[in-house]
This record gives sequence, C-alpha cells and structure tokens, in this order.
Amino acid sequence: MKLPTRFGTFGGMYVPEILVPALEELEAGFVAAREDPAFVAALRDLLEHYAGRPTPLYRCRNFGADTGCVIWLKREDLLHGGAHKTNQALGQGLLAQRLGKRRLIAETGAGQHGVATAITGAVLGFETRIYMGAKDMERQKPNVFRMQLMGAEVVPVTSGGQTLKDAINEAMRDWSASYETTHYALGTVAGPHPFPLMVREFQRIIGQEARAQFLSRRHVLPDVVVASVGGGSNAIGMFADFLTDPTVALVGVEAAGEGLETGRHGATIQLGRRGILHGADTLVLQDDEGQVSETHSVSAGLDYPAVGPEHAHLAETGRVTYVVCTDHDALAAFADLSRQEGIIPALESAHALAEALRIARRSERATHILVNLSGRGDKDLETASRLLA
Amino acid sequence: MNRYASMFDRLRQVHEVAFIPFVMLGDPDAATGLDILRTLIAAGADALELGLPFSDPIADGPVIQAAGVRALAAGTRSADCWSIIATIRAEHPNLPIGLLVYANLVVHHSAAAFYQAAARAGVDSVLVADLPVEESAPFVAAAAKAGIAPVFIAPPNADDHRLAAIARASQGYTYVVTREGVTGVDERLRGDRSRLVATLHDLGAPPAVLGFGISQPEHVREGIRMGAAGVISGSAIVGRIAEHLGDRPRLLAEIRSFCREMKAATRMPETA
Repeated sequence: MKLPTRFGTFGGMYVPEILVPALEELEAGFVAAREDPAFVAALRDLLEHYAGRPTPLYRCRNFGADTGCVIWLKREDLLHGGAHKTNQALGQGLLAQRLGKRRLIAETGAGQHGVATAITGAVLGFETRIYMGAKDMERQKPNVFRMQLMGAEVVPVTSGGQTLKDAINEAMRDWSASYETTHYALGTVAGPHPFPLMVREFQRIIGQEARAQFLSRRHVLPDVVVASVGGGSNAIGMFADFLTDPTVALVGVEAAGEGLETGRHGATIQLGRRGILHGADTLVLQDDEGQVSETHSVSAGLDYPAVGPEHAHLAETGRVTYVVCTDHDALAAFADLSRQEGIIPALESAHALAEALRIARRSERATHILVNLSGRGDKDLETASRLLA
Repeated sequence: MNRYASMFDRLRQVHEVAFIPFVMLGDPDAATGLDILRTLIAAGADALELGLPFSDPIADGPVIQAAGVRALAAGTRSADCWSIIATIRAEHPNLPIGLLVYANLVVHHSAAAFYQAAARAGVDSVLVADLPVEESAPFVAAAAKAGIAPVFIAPPNADDHRLAAIARASQGYTYVVTREGVTGVDERLRGDRSRLVATLHDLGAPPAVLGFGISQPEHVREGIRMGAAGVISGSAIVGRIAEHLGDRPRLLAEIRSFCREMKAATRMPETA
C-alpha cells in the first residue's frame, strides 16, 4: 500500500486474504486517478453539469433566529439524487470505469447510497446490484422503486438484523467472488483501507465549497460546524477542510435513538468499544462477548453499529466533539425546519439541526453555526407522518 | 513434535491425507454439538476445525452463517466453546484441533488473553478469517507467546511476494482455498491448485490443506492429485446438521456416514 492505511491507530484492512489484491488494485487506481487531470476534469464535469454542484450555502431566515445566533445550511439536499452520496458514487463510478470493471455493487440502508449508485450505474453504463436489508426494503419502498427504475437490481438481505450492517456483509461476500469484474462502491468512510480515505477525498468538496462560500459572504470562518454521523461520510466531507482551522469548533452528532439508557440507539462513539468490523479497527457497539449489536435510529442512515475509523481518531484527539440527539429531538427539528424555512430535511440531517439549535440556545454571543444539510427528507415522509401525527 | 506434524507424519506412512471436518461450536446447541464432534472423530476425522460463532461472518456463505446464528440463539458463549474443546482435548490428547474465528472475537478482551484461553482449552491452531498477513504481527506475537500455531489462507489470486509472506507466517498447516468467494458446497471443484500447492511447498510453507467447496469423496481425490496433505469440509457437514435438526439420531447417522465416506477417499493411489 502506498497511502497510510490508518488514522492514528484506527483503520487498517481486516479482510479475508482473497480481497487484499482487490484493495491494492483499488488504492493504486485511486492514487493514479487523483493525479490524472483527465480524471479530475471528468469528475468535475459530472458534478457540475449532471449533479448540480456547487450546492448553495443558505443563511436561515427563521430557523434559530430567536436565539440571536445565525444558522447556515450547506444544501447537499439539492444535489442530484437528494443527498451528498452522489458526490462519491460518481467518483467511485469513474474510478471503476478506469479500472475496467463492468459491474457495480453497493450496500444501502435507507436507500440513499443505493440510489446514488443506481444513478451512477445508469449514467456511466454499469450493471448495478444493490444489497439492502429486507427490513429496510420494507421501510423504504419508494427508494427501492427508484433504484429499480434506474436499472439496478435490488437484492434483499435476510441474514442478521436485515439492515445496513448485514447488507455490507453481503456486498463483501459478493465482492470476494467477483472482484475481477466488479467494483464495490462502499457508501461511507467505514470499511477497510482505502475506502475511508478515498470516500473522504470524494466528499471533501462539501467542506471545500462551504468554507469558500462562507468566507466570501462573511469574510470570517464560522464558529461551529455541525454534521450528523452514522458511518460518517457527510461529516468527514464537511469537516475535512476545517480540521486545521483552530477557531472553528467541529461537532458530530450521533443517533441517541430512543435514549442511550434504552440500549436502542446508534451512539457508537459514545458507547462503543474498540473492535474490528467490516474491515476496520474502530469503535463498535458490541456485547460483552464481542458480538456486534443491533442498533436503532429513526433515521436509517444513522442505524450502524460502527463508525468510520477517522472519526474514532478525531474523537480520541479531541479535534471533533461528538454528541448525541434522540429520535424525538430530531423529529422536532425536522418539523421546525420544514415549517420555518420551507425545507424538508432528511432525518439524518435533522440530528445536526437539532444540535445546532441547542448550541444556539446556549450561546452567549451571536454565534455563526454551519450545518451540513446532507439530504432531503422526501424519503422520510412516511416515517415522519406516522410519528408526528 | 506438535500435533499437526505428528498427524501428517503418521498419515504419510500409511499413504493417506488428512480429512478435517469443520463445524460451528455450540451448533445447534452445546450438548448436541459435543455429540457431533465425538461422532466425527469416531468416524475417522484426523483433526477438527471448529468455528467460534460470530454475528458478522463476512467470509462465510449462508450455510455456515446459519450455524453461527443457531449457536448464538442457543445461548452459546465463549466459555461454553472453551469447555467443549477442553472436553474433546481430554478425550483425545493427540488430535489436532484448529479454531476458525473473526478478528473482533480475538481482540475483544485482548489478543493475549484470547490465545491464552485457546491454549488452556487445548487448541493447536487459530485461523482468523478476516486477518491478512499485513495486519497479523500483533496476532502472531500473541499466538507465539501462548504456543498456538497461526494459520493463514493462501488464495488463488496471491502473487509470489504475498505467497512467500503467507508461507513464512503460517504454522501447523496452510489453508489453500480452492476458489474465490465464501464458504459453501460446490458440485465440482473450480480450478486446479496444484501449482499453488507446489509453490507453497517450495517456499517452505507447512503442509497444504485444501478448503472451500469440498463436499464429495471425488473432491478429496482431486485434492490428493493437487498435492494437498489434507482437505477441510465444512458446509457439507453443517448443511446435514441443519437438515436434521429435529432428529438427533438421524443427524448423527448422516454425518457419521458422510465422514466415513470422505475419510475412505483419503487413501493415496499406489505409486510405482
């Protein structure tokens, strides 16, 4: 491997021996692509003219206005596909083309990464297969139909808890038999090296744009940057370019679900123990025997028992502060942003919005808080209408 | 001499290769699981390969996954697994016993504690399914301290550099996989691994044992033709367990006859 495989002591590549050559090929391809102006230009072209970058930076008119603070939204919800996932799905798709693969596989929880991969498969001409927990397929029917419309085969996963974790297991099993023709487009900054690093680099554009947009509007940096954390790709994408700005506080928000005390949550950084899952040495929610726990969050995208190894590292160094938000508070923020700004956020992003409001209420001065509005809430309408009734 | 070396020596003298059945510890429950192991040994198993149940077995196909689910659902805990192994060890002091585990179970308390516990129970070797040689140094060090042989997988896609590292790291035996993908039953073995087996031999690796897909006596004979010193058969046995869950006598009879049939195929053809 040419690139560092760890973030501090976290990360690595804990995979069956058969997958190591595939990871080596992927890393070499990624390193070469990054340095190839033709690849960089092709990706920029797709992101601008197909996916709609740059996304706007919006200064809230009403949301949080009563606190005397200002909340800014990076509008990844307006990206084609409805979430930040498209940034990196297109990046991995172009890379897969370069590596001569003809097939894309991916896992999905809520369906957003599955949709982004189906989009990529359609526009770049791949045979696409999406692994999705059978329970998630039931909960996210519209996204299943979206993927199928765009030509992807959606395969129900019936092992384990039938959610995101099990879908990743199944995609890795597929890849260990198919790597010669197939690229595994892992959807987040988790998994074995080089995925955490590669996905961060494809998502880095979120923070890059937001930082430049903020500076051009305000001429100073934001005081606080907030993002939700499941596997952690939208947060890493947002944080990456702010890590070396010492005045900017970075806050990651995990799912407290029904409450940390209930055991029904996805608060890996708060309550996880160090372990090895899906190829990475990171924090993992597990029992006292090392069996991985089933998690819960109202938002399927935060329903994951591990976290990207770079987040584990950033938590350990203290550069990023990780907090939690319950289903209840996220739903309240979901309703507030819809009502006050005419923007329906994804329930994942609503966790970050709720934390932004909390920070604003606590602040003694006029704090400027930048939130990654990582996705739109259309996929969550059924859940929300049931829970807000 | 360690138990694997003695076994391979003994088999060489009688012109046989090793038949090594794999089952999941505590499947379908601790008591039946122990009977299954005793049955396999009585039916001719030369060594045992045993799985520790894990919630997320990414290297395993549906049959072995289901076995882990059954074992965990039956309440199997690691202490139960160690005690099953210790029982078998007391009954069969010379039988090589290998463990197949996932990395999270090894590091959960600490690698040192895990390998010590395995050694106390009487385990000879440990193969960590999601541990490539790159990440293996701390595991190998902890295993060495406990006197456990680390086993690594030699896949068909490894280049010579990687094979050399695998040959150096592996002890007891080298697990040669017949094909890409995950564990499961194959109708026909895919690919001839004679060259891989020969390369490993030239590199000084411990004896090659062939696994993945091995489910018929003909596969054992093919393994012999490829130069393997033994074969491991897992899904074929675990599938028979799953098929006869409600009928213990039938379950034991089925795996007994399968094990006998496979063992009978381990005799090497007479050479001039």
